[in-house]
Amino acid sequence: MATFKDFRNNIKPNWCPGCGDFSVQAAIQKACAANGLEPDELAVITGIGCSGRLSGYIKSYGFHATHGRSLPVAQGVKMANDELTVIASGGDGDGFAIGMGHTVHALKRNIDITYIVMDNQVYGLTKGQTSPSSEKGFVTKSTPNGSIENAIQPIRTAMASGATFVAQSVSSDIKQLTAIIQEAMNHKGFSFVNVFSPCVTYNKVNTYDWFKENLTAVEDIEDYDHTDSKTAMNHIMEHEGLLKGIIYQDKEAKSYQEQIEGYLEKPTVKKEMTLERETFDELMTAFR
Amino acid sequence: MKEQLSWKVGGQQGEGIESTGEIFSTTLNRMGYHLYSYRHFSSRIKGGHTNNNVRISAKEVRAVSDNINILVAFDQQTIDLNAHELVNGGIIIADSKFNPSKDDDLDVQLVPIPFTETAKNLGSQLMKNMVAIGASARLMNLEIQPFRDMIYTMFIRKGEQIVENNNEALKQGYQLMDQEMTHIEGDFEMVPSGQEERLFLIGNDAISFGALNAGVRFMAAYPITPASEIMEYMIENLPKVGGTVIQTEDEISAVTMAIGSNYAGARSFTSSAGPGLSLMMESIGLSGMTETPLVIVDTMRGGPSTGLPTKQEQSDLMQMIYGTHGDIPKVVLAPSDVEDAFYATIEAFNIAEYYQVPVILLSDLQMSLGKQSSRPFDPSHVDINRGKTITEDMDRDEAEYFERYSNEEDGISNRPIPGVKGGIHHVTGVEHSPTGTPNESAENRQVQMDKRMRKLKDFTMDEPFKVNGNVESELLIISFLSVNGVVQEAAERLDADITTISLKQIHPFPIDALRPYLDGAGGILVIEQNYSAQLNSVLKMNYHGHDRIKSYVKYDGTPFKPNEIETHMSSILKIKEVL
Ligand SMILES: Cc1ncc(C[n+]2csc(CCOP(=O)(O)OP(=O)(O)O)c2C)c(N)n1
Ligand code: SF4
Ligand SMILES: [Mg+2]
Repeated sequence: MATFKDFRNNIKPNWCPGCGDFSVQAAIQKACAANGLEPDELAVITGIGCSGRLSGYIKSYGFHATHGRSLPVAQGVKMANDELTVIASGGDGDGFAIGMGHTVHALKRNIDITYIVMDNQVYGLTKGQTSPSSEKGFVTKSTPNGSIENAIQPIRTAMASGATFVAQSVSSDIKQLTAIIQEAMNHKGFSFVNVFSPCVTYNKVNTYDWFKENLTAVEDIEDYDHTDSKTAMNHIMEHEGLLKGIIYQDKEAKSYQEQIEGYLEKPTVKKEMTLERETFDELMTAFR
Repeated sequence: MKEQLSWKVGGQQGEGIESTGEIFSTTLNRMGYHLYSYRHFSSRIKGGHTNNNVRISAKEVRAVSDNINILVAFDQQTIDLNAHELVNGGIIIADSKFNPSKDDDLDVQLVPIPFTETAKNLGSQLMKNMVAIGASARLMNLEIQPFRDMIYTMFIRKGEQIVENNNEALKQGYQLMDQEMTHIEGDFEMVPSGQEERLFLIGNDAISFGALNAGVRFMAAYPITPASEIMEYMIENLPKVGGTVIQTEDEISAVTMAIGSNYAGARSFTSSAGPGLSLMMESIGLSGMTETPLVIVDTMRGGPSTGLPTKQEQSDLMQMIYGTHGDIPKVVLAPSDVEDAFYATIEAFNIAEYYQVPVILLSDLQMSLGKQSSRPFDPSHVDINRGKTITEDMDRDEAEYFERYSNEEDGISNRPIPGVKGGIHHVTGVEHSPTGTPNESAENRQVQMDKRMRKLKDFTMDEPFKVNGNVESELLIISFLSVNGVVQEAAERLDADITTISLKQIHPFPIDALRPYLDGAGGILVIEQNYSAQLNSVLKMNYHGHDRIKSYVKYDGTPFKPNEIETHMSSILKIKEVL
């Protein structure tokens, strides 16, 4: 059985020392090992950004795609081979700006993959511009007078999009993050995990300390029921999105693939490519 | 008796005009005639003039006709808009319900028949199309039984009574026309048809069926005219072979999903038209850079922007060849007719997987939507070649990544799909080392770029173009897609030494294979449907004899007619005589 070390390769990440993304990488590696996966059963698909480099730092099949497109690529991979465990990942710009359309639709489509966003509320790779999840008033190179747009609350967007699994955590809590990712991978359907992953270089506001002070764990909320979407949404609104833990899960929902009759009998890659003669004739007759 | 006739039916969109044309032409195809049809429609769903033009012939036809012989009109607008296309002595069969009239200057006959009234008396207005079909059948002196067979297969699901009523409508239409025959002048009788069995289908169906035969089991697409029929065919038929289609949120998602699925080893594709292809450009580069097989069908329509969404054009060519930033190896294919579209689609998937490149399969609106007769497809010509794709576990120590981008002589590296043991590697749109790790060193860059581009350096298909004629010619005509059928017909009408070429391998440009024909031609004429003579420019980029290359273009949204090309060719040939 593989250990988390088997999910390591010898490539040294080019992230800044202290970047939150290191912990996300470690948590994914641990969660995969804990879930009994082998490296060749996993495909990690990422977008572009500092965070997007992740696919190259985990020993597994990896696909570093284009900015904002990790989700469609990942859904395509899963549709092709349901036996693979598929993780899509990227930054807040990747998932909530250029890729937002895909995010909302992946949430509503409910294909059985896990999406992990490394949300640092800033554009890291392009050197510090505002992001969709940057707080109002946040000063960056592109918002010298402070951002005048409202911030997106990723978990709220996820709930509103018909998500079946929504969780949020923070890089500093590897233990919880690992447990959440394990749960997310076990969820049958699309699982969304937003991770506050501080950018130590371009975000001096939303730091590790800031999250320690501002996040509320759902375990600490009395009677929090993460299977009830109404409670989840009320608390998200009450805490302005600053919750931590498994926010919502619909365990009954059927994944996209499960709803297609016969689709899961065999992974697509193993299906016969040549048409049987009978099928050929029958389909051709329809053109007469 | 006539070797061929052109029949057109017109009315308001959403009023069953399409099904009238469909029932009539499908029956004629089953009777053994060759057909070529053209649909005029607009982006409106209900209302707006629509018509269906069907050319019926005892011999092969691959173009719309110059004129029409018979016009079936369900409203006055159909007469006003189309009667001028009738040959002298042609005939309008019109529903007497709207008191049809025609321009006195036109030398055509007008025969009012109570389509609607007859249908109403039989219980439903809907059957007015059967009355019209019966009348048309009588005019052309066609056997009635094949139409009855057609009605049976179409309506038996709805019950015997419906079949009975439709048969009665057909019969009464036939009889009403029969009473008119004594005062109809001219010959509208078709020669008897041959007995060969033929398919009758649109290009989009041929492409879709080709994709199924190529082993496609997953498709991702976003609706657009004139590509949607491909997605719809796949939605209906993929489940029969265990596959499925996702209608995505946009074309970027569609193409990247197809990339993901191809990366994971399942043949997949997407189809769209110009606006969708514009959105896919960055992803085409992703496929090229990651060496992930990808097939995209581009059914061209009138551009730019939303352009002429329901009209014929061939103006995406330059974007399909050169679109996406940076240099990638890419193949652009253009089948010469519906039959070829089936085989070319299978070939597109084989090329994409063998060379690990994006392949764009072109079509144009007329080929995609124009329904035409075709020889049946031959399953023994279906061949799937997966090249260096590795689907079986390998006995390899996984301490190091698999060299997915190893520098091979032919540029093509082995491609284990995710899940294969021993094959772990990384792929990225960033420049990368042989294992797929981002690497921006100058030396590595050069090696990897050369490796990728080498894959298609000497690429030529077995049949890069279809030729009709000799290497030496007075005039060489080059065209592609649906224009070729029109060129062919025009060339056959002229008593001159003309060679025609339908270019199938558009990119990489097959200059070596073409050169003997180009050198051997007195003059070269490139005929295409776009403003800027795009194919002509591509030819000039690859061949030196510019003074001998002439261009003829059309960009008004309608397909070429044979006489337009005939006239143009004869004027060119005459100029040559003077010289
Ligand atoms: C189509 C496109 N537009 C713009 C860029 C430039 N770009 C690269 S990463 C990025 C944003 C990065 O921010 P985020 O997604 O939050 O990732 P982070 O670096 O913060 O992890 C941008 C705008 C690009 N690569 N592609
Ligand atoms: S810039 Fe920010 S997000 Fe990028 S690596 Fe450095 S700390 Fe991490
Ligand atoms: Mg970011």
